[in-house]
Amino acid sequence: MDRRVSLLAALVFALMAVLLLSLTLGARPVPLSMVWTALTAFDPGVIDHTVIIDLRLPRTLLGLGVGAALGLAGAVLQGATRNPLADPSILGIHAGASFFVVLGITLFGLTDLRHYIWLAFAGAALATIGVYAVASIGRDGPSPIKLALAGAAITAALTSVVSAILLTQPTTLDQFRFWQVGALAGRDMDVVIQVAPFLLVGIVLALALGRTLDGLYMDEAVAKGLGQRTGLGRAMAGLAAIILAGAATAAVGPIAFVGLTVPHLARSITGPAYRWILPFAMLLGPILLLAADVVGRLVAPPGEVQVGIVTALIGAPFFIALIRRRKLAEL
Amino acid sequence: MAVTALIDAGAIRQLRHHRSRHRLRVGLTLGAVLLVAFALAMVLGDYPVPLPDLLGALLSPLTGVAHPGIDFIVLNVRLPRAVLAVLSGAAFGLSGSIFQTLLRNPLASPDIIGISQGASAAAVFCIIVLGWSGTPLALGALAGALLTALTVYALAWRDGVSPYRVVLIGIAIAAILSACIAYLFTRARLTQVQEALTWLVGSLNAAGTTQIGPLALALVVLVPAALLLSRALFVLQLGDDTARALGARVELTRLGLMLTGVALAAFATAAVGPVAFVAFVAGPIARQLLGAGRPVLLPAMLVGAITMLGADLLAQHALPATQLPVGVVTGLFGALFLIWLLISANRAGNL
Amino acid sequence: MTTAHTLAAQGLSLGYDDRDIVTGLDFAVPQGKLTVIIGANASGKSTLLRGLSRLLAPRAGTVLLNGKSIHALSTRQVATIMGVLPQSPTAPEGILVADLVARGRYPHQGWFRRPSHDDDLAVAAALAATDMADFADQPVDALSGGQRQRVWIAMALAQGTDLLLLDEPTTFLDIHHQVEVLDLLTDLVRSAGRTVVVVLHDLNLACRYADHIVAMKEGRLVAEGAPSAVVTEALVAEVFNLAARVVPDPVSGTPLIVPIGRHHAGDTAAQP
Repeated sequence: MDRRVSLLAALVFALMAVLLLSLTLGARPVPLSMVWTALTAFDPGVIDHTVIIDLRLPRTLLGLGVGAALGLAGAVLQGATRNPLADPSILGIHAGASFFVVLGITLFGLTDLRHYIWLAFAGAALATIGVYAVASIGRDGPSPIKLALAGAAITAALTSVVSAILLTQPTTLDQFRFWQVGALAGRDMDVVIQVAPFLLVGIVLALALGRTLDGLYMDEAVAKGLGQRTGLGRAMAGLAAIILAGAATAAVGPIAFVGLTVPHLARSITGPAYRWILPFAMLLGPILLLAADVVGRLVAPPGEVQVGIVTALIGAPFFIALIRRRKLAEL
Repeated sequence: MAVTALIDAGAIRQLRHHRSRHRLRVGLTLGAVLLVAFALAMVLGDYPVPLPDLLGALLSPLTGVAHPGIDFIVLNVRLPRAVLAVLSGAAFGLSGSIFQTLLRNPLASPDIIGISQGASAAAVFCIIVLGWSGTPLALGALAGALLTALTVYALAWRDGVSPYRVVLIGIAIAAILSACIAYLFTRARLTQVQEALTWLVGSLNAAGTTQIGPLALALVVLVPAALLLSRALFVLQLGDDTARALGARVELTRLGLMLTGVALAAFATAAVGPVAFVAFVAGPIARQLLGAGRPVLLPAMLVGAITMLGADLLAQHALPATQLPVGVVTGLFGALFLIWLLISANRAGNL
Repeated sequence: MTTAHTLAAQGLSLGYDDRDIVTGLDFAVPQGKLTVIIGANASGKSTLLRGLSRLLAPRAGTVLLNGKSIHALSTRQVATIMGVLPQSPTAPEGILVADLVARGRYPHQGWFRRPSHDDDLAVAAALAATDMADFADQPVDALSGGQRQRVWIAMALAQGTDLLLLDEPTTFLDIHHQVEVLDLLTDLVRSAGRTVVVVLHDLNLACRYADHIVAMKEGRLVAEGAPSAVVTEALVAEVFNLAARVVPDPVSGTPLIVPIGRHHAGDTAAQP
């Protein structure tokens, strides 16, 4: 018990360190003292100050919020669906957001992220609701396997339609290919302010689900025997996941792998109790995401590699190492 | 006791014959459906070719009677396309069925171990960075698929290979490759991205000897290999221990079958791109038609070929003004199939 | 007339991962007899059977089939001499009973796998012997646990081997079928001269049916021999950590173990 508390504290320090790195490092390194001045006595005339306030601060805050959201969403989904391979894309969130974004660009000629951010969120939410509805066909409601099948079905259908549209609408493709990579760059404080309320609500909801998730991970019959309202628990978990992953995807585009690996990482440290996995996931997510973002800034100057790519390139080998050392929950 | 056993032996033989006759009937029906689909693929189009003319065109290399227009459409456009559809569909179907039987999971498919992403990443790289197309592109895609399969297997090897570990590592490798593709998409010119996207969705548009030749050769080698190994697959289905107890070389058979399945998927993907879901649906449909309980390798080939032909027919003729790539239709078909799976298994109480 | 085959272990050590389960075990399977291996959970009985049947490679020592190392023979050769029924066999979904039993003929069939009259005969005889002939055309999934177990035993029988090793074949069977299976195995030994080795959980049935009993504890062979010679109250206490009386079975005269618990034991109740 003590060990986990001290590890949690260590993670908080690590997160603060990464936050500072995110603010200072980049194609144009800004010393820490300048960061402090920019935050406390902002002077629009000083270039370094503008870099901090207009570029790095929104980026860092988004990394913090989105990282936490994705980590928590993945953990919540893995617990609720009893599937260690679940991640937000399994519920069709990425496919739904992509579909609505593509529609928005094609039908309404939208070009600004701030405009199609709501479409992305709506698409993600509708796709998840669709998946839930399809999985509820028949008795017993949405069981884990049915959710996975429904998710795969809806994702397949939406992906096909998106491909068809992209192939026939070159201008849409030209915009979409940048959104679909997932990046923290190019988003200003407006975006942060738009998604912040959703992220906060989702995080609070997810953190409150610790006990419920521990119950859901057991056998259905055993859980019901212990008085768990499994249907309600799973619904709340789904709601938290939609809010978190939907808002995150809307803000920065689809970022794969964070939702999948962070819960496993957390579990390898804390053990199987979700009361602990959730806070650890909430801290590990932003650490991973912001670290990836910083790496992306430094690796190909003066350009950047988007964070969605770096997380896959760093996260996947790490995941493979975990698999080889048998640190993952067996099915 | 001996007499009773003799009577029952006759009953056992009758049971066996009844079952194999049923299998033959289903196989012949599937063959007939394939023939009809093939004929439709040759007849339909912007220039409908009536059946007599079609036969004339097909036989014209032998008879020497030529109608240049019709002959061109039939022999140079529709015939290669239909043949490519049949061969690639059969390859995908067989590959998927092998994986599903080996992994004892009806939801398995060669995609999960990252082969399609391997071929795709290699193809996108070849198109965008190297500017290749045609045969070099297909070879590049093939190399990508095989290299990925090797990497996944090597990484999953630890005193033998557990299917679960292969799936997990396949997912990780697929993520890396998808990221590479997305990165290339942001760095390339739009026209290159379009070309790459067309390949990625999977289409039968560029059907010619360069695509058909290697695939046909591969099938000539791999299909008999699969059939030979399927004998041991019969007992491998009973679990490793029981299979070993019955005298099967478990690790060797599994390795051989995996190699065959991977090679089939790799060659098919190199020829037509990663056409979604054909590998996934062929096995379950074949099992549904034949009754489960034994590997359904040959029937899955037929189902795969029919699916590919049918999807391509829909892709070409369903929408009035546009021709869609076949991958879009198979994706939608796959979605419907998954929902059907959900409903039917739910009704049977399996979920 | 079946050829006599011999099976023996010499200095056998077996284990999984980093654990050793069985160490330095010497054991010769009595030919033409029904041998029963008994022991508490995790005593190594299943491990020993797996080692003898070549399902588990030895860490040290050898298993000798007809005096030669079993690992020098091909898997197929071994499968025509020795049949094994492991503990949790899996059946593919939807397979029919007759089909499953027919797979037992695999080691005898050539590459092109045309089932012969002999194969059909073996399958029919195996089904008749396990009382499953009426279920031949049913899917295995539709059967009860006990019926499914009997189908697996039929498969092992259809394999037609001289040696037969079974790992807890009576686990899911009701008492009627437990006795039936053990009677069947005894028939095989007495009339067909086969050699059968079974791991059993039930001590009393083991004593009743075994020609030769092998008691294991913590990976070691503690005692072996005829049940009446070997199974004593001391042995039961040592191997099973159970206080019991051993009396002659009123039907067969073999040892009958009567446990002494904390209740219902009159004046022989075990002290707390």
